[in-house]
Amino acid sequence: MSNPYVPILVLMGVAAVLALGGVGASAIIGPKRYNRAKLEGYECGIDPTPHAVGGGRFPIKYYLVAMTFIIFDIEVVFMYPWAVAFGELALFGVVAMMTFLVLITVPFVYEWRRGGFEWD
Amino acid sequence: MPGLTLVPTQVAVATGADFSNDTWWIVAIKAVGVVVFLLTSVLVAIWFERKVVARMQIRPGPNVHGPFGLLQSLADAMKLLLKEDINVKAADKVLYLLAPMISVFASLLIFAVIPLGPEVSIFGVVTPLQLTDFPVSVLYILAAASFGVYGIVLGGWASGSTYPLLGGVRSTAQVISYELAMGLSLVSVFILAGSMSTSQIVASQEQIWWFLPLLPAFVIYFISMVGEVNRLPFDLPEAEGELVSGFMTEYSSMKFAWFFLAEYINMLNVSAIATTLFFGGWRAPFGLHLINDGMFNEGWWPLLWFLAKLWTFMFLFVWIRGTLLRFRYDQFMKFGWKILIPAALVWIVMVAAVQSVRQFTDIDLQTLLIALGVVAVVAIGLSFLIPEKKAPPATEGEPEEFDAFAGGYPVPPLPGQTLPPSPRRRARLAEETEQRTATAVLTAEADASTTDQPSDGEEEEPRG
Repeated sequence: MSNPYVPILVLMGVAAVLALGGVGASAIIGPKRYNRAKLEGYECGIDPTPHAVGGGRFPIKYYLVAMTFIIFDIEVVFMYPWAVAFGELALFGVVAMMTFLVLITVPFVYEWRRGGFEWD
Repeated sequence: MPGLTLVPTQVAVATGADFSNDTWWIVAIKAVGVVVFLLTSVLVAIWFERKVVARMQIRPGPNVHGPFGLLQSLADAMKLLLKEDINVKAADKVLYLLAPMISVFASLLIFAVIPLGPEVSIFGVVTPLQLTDFPVSVLYILAAASFGVYGIVLGGWASGSTYPLLGGVRSTAQVISYELAMGLSLVSVFILAGSMSTSQIVASQEQIWWFLPLLPAFVIYFISMVGEVNRLPFDLPEAEGELVSGFMTEYSSMKFAWFFLAEYINMLNVSAIATTLFFGGWRAPFGLHLINDGMFNEGWWPLLWFLAKLWTFMFLFVWIRGTLLRFRYDQFMKFGWKILIPAALVWIVMVAAVQSVRQFTDIDLQTLLIALGVVAVVAIGLSFLIPEKKAPPATEGEPEEFDAFAGGYPVPPLPGQTLPPSPRRRARLAEETEQRTATAVLTAEADASTTDQPSDGEEEEPRG
């Protein structure tokens, strides 16, 4: 194989067939016995809370975590090419990356001090 | 270079696996082989986990179906296949169906770039025991792992129920937080190996496995990989006492089985990544490669070493599960963001500093290590000179009255704090003392001569 990504596509095909096939098989083989209570959401026996239907709400903290993640994930991914080409980029690369690290650490410390990582 | 040759000074980027001989049917065999390998491994892993946990709790574990209960998980899988496929009413139909499939699909992809062994001969074709490899394999692994999060968050959201929603967002926050620490811990491996291709990273570990020089990075990776796959002590998304089953609550039959399967495949995945990046991949342990001209590093032998290392990690997972308790969520997030990530950043700076001194200056490793040791000793010595922060003097005397309802909900008193008597009790106390004084006065009036009456008016508190 000349293109190394072709086997990935083949594996994706096999995985997709398995994923679809399993769910499909159980839908065909499994019994069908209608019961209204079975189709309700599970909430320890009581009627489901209405607001959960169609969205539902959850604490804003999770959004904060997601936003912080995006910032730092870019940092991480940006470090990979530098790490791989560490030898070729030589001292210039090290100095540049350390500057970048300092620049990204400042907001990290800022968010820490402002309580961005406090849960509650 | 005299002295230590811990790590090759000039990292010659090792040549990776050569896939030029692969034909289409070799690729097909390997792709199906990867999936079959993962499915059978999961069946064994479930049995293995149940058996080991059972032994840790001094009970036999599954022992009915097949020899040593080996067919137990197969029986469970068949049962799940034959169960009714329920689609809950409030669910978003398409995403609800899609979520378990995404989970299992993403988890199956990672093993494509894991080298199970060096070149072997399959039906006369010499080919590496690895589906494929490219210069950014590890990035592909991280991408596939991140893709798996979609299954969790969509499954939790699309169920249209409260517990799955909370479990889903919790799980997502957890996985993405720990993915950062995981990604940072891998950077130092790339610096030393000079590559992100898995087969080249394995090839670069010919002299020493990276977990030894990069022990802190490995520790960070190990902790975050447990957090990444939602296993105890980090299994908060499905904390049974709080969230029933987390994002899987509304799933049944094969859809539930897919989530379950994906969780175990992910365990295998992160173990395989740890093996490949830190433990030399398929390389023979304990200097076995010196025997018989490297016999144990050729042919099908390396598959054995790879599996041994993989299952050591699986055992560690089970061991941790059998030993540790679940974290509290705020502690867990604090640990990830405030300890693991800063530690990983500091470690990267240290590795970069040491590597640049080694590669871009004439100082050899021995001098460098001695210099680092001197610096460390001086730093530790100085840290003793810093006066310890004195604990604030314990407040003696009258124990403060403690307001149990200050935070809006009742909390028990800590040692040193005493609860004020409750309003009801206060009323009763007043009543009792009133009665007592009354009777005391009466008895004192009645027989003033007898003095051996117990006079315990205010000391005796009603207990209860």
